[in-house]
Amino acid sequence: MSTADQYFIPEPSRWPIVAVTGLFFTVLGIALWVNDVNIGPYSVILGMLVVAYLFFGWFGDVIDESLSNKYNKEVDRSFRQGMFWFITSEVFFFASFFASLYYFRNISLPYLGGEGHLGESHILWEGFKYSWPLVNLPDGTNYTQLKEPMGAAGIPAYNTAILLTSGVTLTWAHWALKKGSKGQLMLGMFLTIALGVTFFALQAYEYMHAYKEMGLTLNSGIYGSTFYMLTGFHGLHVTIGTIMLIVITVRCAKDHFTKDNHFAFEGVAWYWHFVDVVWLGLYIFVYWL
Amino acid sequence: MSAVIHESDLNSEAHHHGPPTGFKRWLYSTNHKDIGTMYLIFALVMLFLGGAMAMLIRAELYMPGLQIVNPDLYNNLVTDHALIMVFGLVMPAAAGMANWMIPMMIGAPDMALPRMNNMSFWLLPAAAILLVSSLLVQFIPGTGTPVNTGWTLYPPLSVQVGLGMDLLIFSVHLLGISSIMASINIVTTILNMRAPGMTMMKMPLFVWAWFFTGLLLIIIMPVLAGGVTMLLFDRHFGTSFFDAAGGGDPVLFQHLFWFFGHPEVYVLLLPSIGVLGMVIPTFSRKPLFGYKPLVYFMGFLFALGLIVWAHHQYTIGMSLGATTYFMIGTILISIPVGLMIFNFIFTMWRGSMTFETPMLFAIAIILMFSFAGVTGVMLAVVPADLQYHDTYFVVAHFHYALIPGAVFGLYAGVFYWLPKWTGHMYDEKLGKIFFWWTTLSFNLTFFPQHFSGLAGMPRRIIDYNIQYIEFNQISSIGAFLFGLSHLLFLYIIIKTVKGGEKAPAKPWDGAQIGTPGLEWTLPSPPPFHSFTTPPEVK
Repeated sequence: MSTADQYFIPEPSRWPIVAVTGLFFTVLGIALWVNDVNIGPYSVILGMLVVAYLFFGWFGDVIDESLSNKYNKEVDRSFRQGMFWFITSEVFFFASFFASLYYFRNISLPYLGGEGHLGESHILWEGFKYSWPLVNLPDGTNYTQLKEPMGAAGIPAYNTAILLTSGVTLTWAHWALKKGSKGQLMLGMFLTIALGVTFFALQAYEYMHAYKEMGLTLNSGIYGSTFYMLTGFHGLHVTIGTIMLIVITVRCAKDHFTKDNHFAFEGVAWYWHFVDVVWLGLYIFVYWL
Repeated sequence: MSAVIHESDLNSEAHHHGPPTGFKRWLYSTNHKDIGTMYLIFALVMLFLGGAMAMLIRAELYMPGLQIVNPDLYNNLVTDHALIMVFGLVMPAAAGMANWMIPMMIGAPDMALPRMNNMSFWLLPAAAILLVSSLLVQFIPGTGTPVNTGWTLYPPLSVQVGLGMDLLIFSVHLLGISSIMASINIVTTILNMRAPGMTMMKMPLFVWAWFFTGLLLIIIMPVLAGGVTMLLFDRHFGTSFFDAAGGGDPVLFQHLFWFFGHPEVYVLLLPSIGVLGMVIPTFSRKPLFGYKPLVYFMGFLFALGLIVWAHHQYTIGMSLGATTYFMIGTILISIPVGLMIFNFIFTMWRGSMTFETPMLFAIAIILMFSFAGVTGVMLAVVPADLQYHDTYFVVAHFHYALIPGAVFGLYAGVFYWLPKWTGHMYDEKLGKIFFWWTTLSFNLTFFPQHFSGLAGMPRRIIDYNIQYIEFNQISSIGAFLFGLSHLLFLYIIIKTVKGGEKAPAKPWDGAQIGTPGLEWTLPSPPPFHSFTTPPEVK
């Protein structure tokens, strides 16, 4: 790490405005696409390309600055704290979905089924009985019928084991980085990425199975809605995490990191462990209980 | 506290760090002062846009019946007026002040993450484009109903309206990303970038206020993002989060929204309380009374603010236990807020007071915001609220809370720091005229709304019974005067930027005592890069 006594203030940079442009066209495109406006998809593609270009450019600049020793301890601490608060905000994003699941299962659906002090809302659909997973909807006219809810055994259990193992291999790789053993570091990183990809593949298989055979879709009522919202956003984070792991592995191979200066590695590791912990919550509250 | 700065320290980097020229200076900026300026200009533009919408609303309500706009457009204007004032005016203006002042106050060279700082700003114009498109898209045939939901975006109505809602959802997403990034930056700057000797408990109150604001935003914005994402899925991907027939519940959206929405009130208020903590000691020429307790009260307000959201939803039918909890929690909030007000009053007590424009605003805030606190306690009480809910009484209450509490606080900040920012003193006489004009017309606008509300006039409806005609006409005349006063505000700002009496490093005869921060050790205007070498605070 540099011992520069001045805090590094970057020169004016084009990347922030490129980032905003990319994000703008992406979200505008999605808004138009979901309304069947035919320029929507093109706008999304354009936006995503700009975002991809941005990542190479912005992170490229940061890596160059880091390698030319421009960052001192204070800059390193800013990065750490920034990453910490970013993960905090992610925690609250997932919390909104977990809280919704709790609300449906313990508050609104029991009322609708005639329990509790607001049980009189039972008069809306008198035949409705509450149970979870919710197979028989209050009024299924606009929804597809769920045939079979997702169990906790099988693929979800394997996936739990896979993600937990990946946390271990990543930590093993981190130890290797700290003691300077490159072979163990690269092996640990490859194992972690392989486990991440396996998780993703199994999850994709599970989704296809659920859609085709179990009648479990976004449209099969609140069970399907919460299931896909929670596991889907988690899957998105696994994907992002895996891409980050790949980038870090390339950087490990290029010897970008030293024993005591490898914040990028640690930032990715924090993120991966965060994704891991979210999965544990998912496994308990979505699949198991 | 004292800090030793030499002119040579300030200019040591100047040879390759002067302001860049041309459009790149603004578009590519990594300088906290330039980004702060852009935030403030953006807020000023949004003030006039949101204000124009308010003028249309008041013009329509001048008479019962339909005159200018149709009911759906009217409700869309109500929706966008709120969103623009909250996300376009108050938050960016407060963030602009944070950008300008926090690094200078704590002796930092810049914000902790300067490039991300620029991104947080430029996301705002992008979000504003989406927001304005969501209003305009209704004039294209085949795009469905306008966003007539109010800023709360409650389903099931928000699931049914047209394309505008999707643009609005993504606008909210961009605003959320912007706020989270800005907050991460500000909190990190405060924790990591303080000059040696500038301990947390020596920081100016404004910095503390933004510290808690930043923490609040990091917690609440993701929850709003989650809520509107579910809304998007309900609209287009067949989910049933907010549809009881599919096992969901529209009330859930209200909980998610207000988990964001109530702390958001403190996001708007806290920076202005921070400004009061700077302005009142200066013009009372006394250190802040009870600085430490003030910090603790803010922390208390931060924590309590996060757990009382459902007082916006008393009428939905919660359990008795839940209702009682939210009622007691809400009334508890009046304790830290009341104590803050007392601290400010005791700061003035036996001070050598003068009444420049920022101080006039500060005193007006204490009076009018306390009044909003009193109507707030009325609204917190469940049986009373069941009567007031969704009437103009609520409208009057939150305009009294947010215009004096947040907007006037920002005006006080603008007048207080304009000399520092521009190097020129503002025109004191015009400032005072602006103060009296805006304060009187504000009260003329919103005071009568308490009465029309108590008499039962519902909010968010374009038409009203003729029994409310007098109150509404007084309100509308007040609103036009209030709107007009802002042209004077604009004129004062432009005049100060262009020239005027030179401002010394410490204007008002060096009255800044107590914990005023390091910004007063710098010349007015400060150099492009301040504190490249951290100053020592003793």
